[in-house]
Amino acid sequence: MTLTIVDSGSHVAGLAAQAARAEVVAAYPITPQTAIVELIAELVSSGKMRSEYICVESEHSAMAASVGASACGARTFTATSSHGLAYMHEMLHWASGARLPIVMAVVNRTIGPPWNILPDLSDSISQRDTGWLQFYCASHQEILDTIIQAYKICESSKVLLPAMVCFEGFILSHTSMPFTIPDQEKLDSFLPRFKPGWKLDVDNPMAHGTLSSSDYFMELRYLIQEAMDNARELIPAVDKEYAETFKLPYHGGLLEETFCDNAEILVISMGTIGSEARVAIEKLRNKGYRAGSVRIRSFRPFPIEEIKKVCERADAIAVIDRAISFGMEGQLSTEIQRALYDVKDRPLVLNFIAGIGGRDVTAKDIEEMATHTAKCARDGKIDQKLTWHGLRT
Amino acid sequence: MVSLRELTREELILPGNASCAGCTTNLSIKLALKALGQKTIFVVPACCTSVLQGVFPLNSLNIPVLNISFASAAAAASGVVAGLRVQGIDDVTVVGWAGDGGTVDIGIQALSGAAERGTDFIYVCYDNEAYGNTGMQRSGSTPMGAWTTTTPKGKTEQKKDMPLIMAAHKIPYIATLSPSYPTDFIEKFQKAKGIKGTKYLHILIPCPPGWRTDPAVSIELGRLAVQTGAWTLFEIERGTLSISAPSRPFLDKANRKPVQAYLEKQGRFRHLTQQETSQIQTRIDETSEHYSKVNQTRLCP
Repeated sequence: MTLTIVDSGSHVAGLAAQAARAEVVAAYPITPQTAIVELIAELVSSGKMRSEYICVESEHSAMAASVGASACGARTFTATSSHGLAYMHEMLHWASGARLPIVMAVVNRTIGPPWNILPDLSDSISQRDTGWLQFYCASHQEILDTIIQAYKICESSKVLLPAMVCFEGFILSHTSMPFTIPDQEKLDSFLPRFKPGWKLDVDNPMAHGTLSSSDYFMELRYLIQEAMDNARELIPAVDKEYAETFKLPYHGGLLEETFCDNAEILVISMGTIGSEARVAIEKLRNKGYRAGSVRIRSFRPFPIEEIKKVCERADAIAVIDRAISFGMEGQLSTEIQRALYDVKDRPLVLNFIAGIGGRDVTAKDIEEMATHTAKCARDGKIDQKLTWHGLRT
Repeated sequence: MVSLRELTREELILPGNASCAGCTTNLSIKLALKALGQKTIFVVPACCTSVLQGVFPLNSLNIPVLNISFASAAAAASGVVAGLRVQGIDDVTVVGWAGDGGTVDIGIQALSGAAERGTDFIYVCYDNEAYGNTGMQRSGSTPMGAWTTTTPKGKTEQKKDMPLIMAAHKIPYIATLSPSYPTDFIEKFQKAKGIKGTKYLHILIPCPPGWRTDPAVSIELGRLAVQTGAWTLFEIERGTLSISAPSRPFLDKANRKPVQAYLEKQGRFRHLTQQETSQIQTRIDETSEHYSKVNQTRLCP
């Protein structure tokens, strides 16, 4: 039976793990992720979710236990935030290097010091190069759908990589919205049991992750890149199949486009800034601007060709980053410019750093960034490449 | 009592692997797998066993092995236990197989967590008393006085007493082992296999390159460790300590060989002065006396 309910973003993530029939959950509490693991503990102890729940003693162990469980062939879920994700870093590499399709909810929170429990994307973006798929969500429905879709994508023999499903703490984790959970029976046929090609099996003994030399290591890393390329094709296909199967909205696959067709000015962002941008774009359209919004859903694999296609007709682009690579610029901005380098008559690109450490980014803020970008387009030049929007002076 | 003649002739670790000459880890794996059988999964963090397995595509172990990062043996094993259980597999023994660095130093948090959760597995610390893979640096398990590359004048601190730390976790079974006493060794593994919950086995591993010893005397060194009281074989079953048969005679000082007999065969103790040797002797005497007192008593309430 399809179920439409109103609940918090954290609970959505827990309910998604239940709906995906995650068999092992190993997790350690951290604000703002806690409500996810509390709900799963509740679901498991009441028998509503048939899983092994391991209350580990750290995030490093959460991911190590996830690796162990997934290597046995069990569908594995975990969740974390911020310092917890940073503490997992070594094991993130282990999970992807071992080609294990673990799915993890990352409730985005900035990293201290100073202590701050509020959202920005610096926690997950700094794990960009760990070989994990990275999805960024903008609504409760999208969190649910993306977690379920992530298992389907990651467990494909063409991918076999882990995925982070990221959403901003408090903005999504602690607010309630309506969302629809598809019928379980239909879900089970959409996402059948995980059947790995190899696993820890006493009847078929193998050494996993054994010492290897330079004769093989490079090829193993190449295969991860190839798997990411395969995932790039699979993500829109699975998103479409899911939407059609369950009569739920298509999220756009690798990226969500709003009013992009004839747009001269584009705002590109991730997460909830992307949903706020839709509001800003409507206002700008009403004021006569030919503006559009692109919300990146899949940061890894990065939608290089899709970005080229959507951006090549634009005059100027405002990339909004809720994170920064110190000494450079916002990471999304760098990626976008890499994608556009091969485009003839490429648009101007401005980078706005916004919403760091939980500062609000409103539709009005985005309007300001977009109108400034429009001015640069008219002038044919950029006055300032990198702007910290709303910086107190 | 187990008879070596009755043991399976099947070898689950193959000869010709990458272990050093005179390596007692290799021997310990051989004995452990004879006791545990083929339905065993090893979880191995960074340690000598990550190397002696062989370099891909060679593999000397005929059981499934999950290699894992240095700090993670017990945590990854927890995941394996859960992953098997959720699939209804209940006849497989999961073994965390780690060196002393991976146990008493970097892996202690994960081990403590797994023990506190009562994870149903055997955790083995095979202890050559230093970071052997990286060329013998000091670990928390290096004994006082021993030379390592990071204690060039000898370690000035005591060896961490890991079995007693595990006793404080109130797990059902703890034992110390030596491959120089194979029947005692195998019996302890067999006993551990039959007990539910977390089992902790700590093996003293004579290590020719690390201890600066002749590969031919590894077995003799294991015996000397027991005969001098430098290593005491015991079990802690549900909190009660009992000294194992091979060590029992040596609780009595009259039977105990002077520690000098153990130390003088090892290059890592070559620099010790007579005074330092007698300090080590005093500590052993105190420890043995303590074991005599607490033998057959409950260590923890």
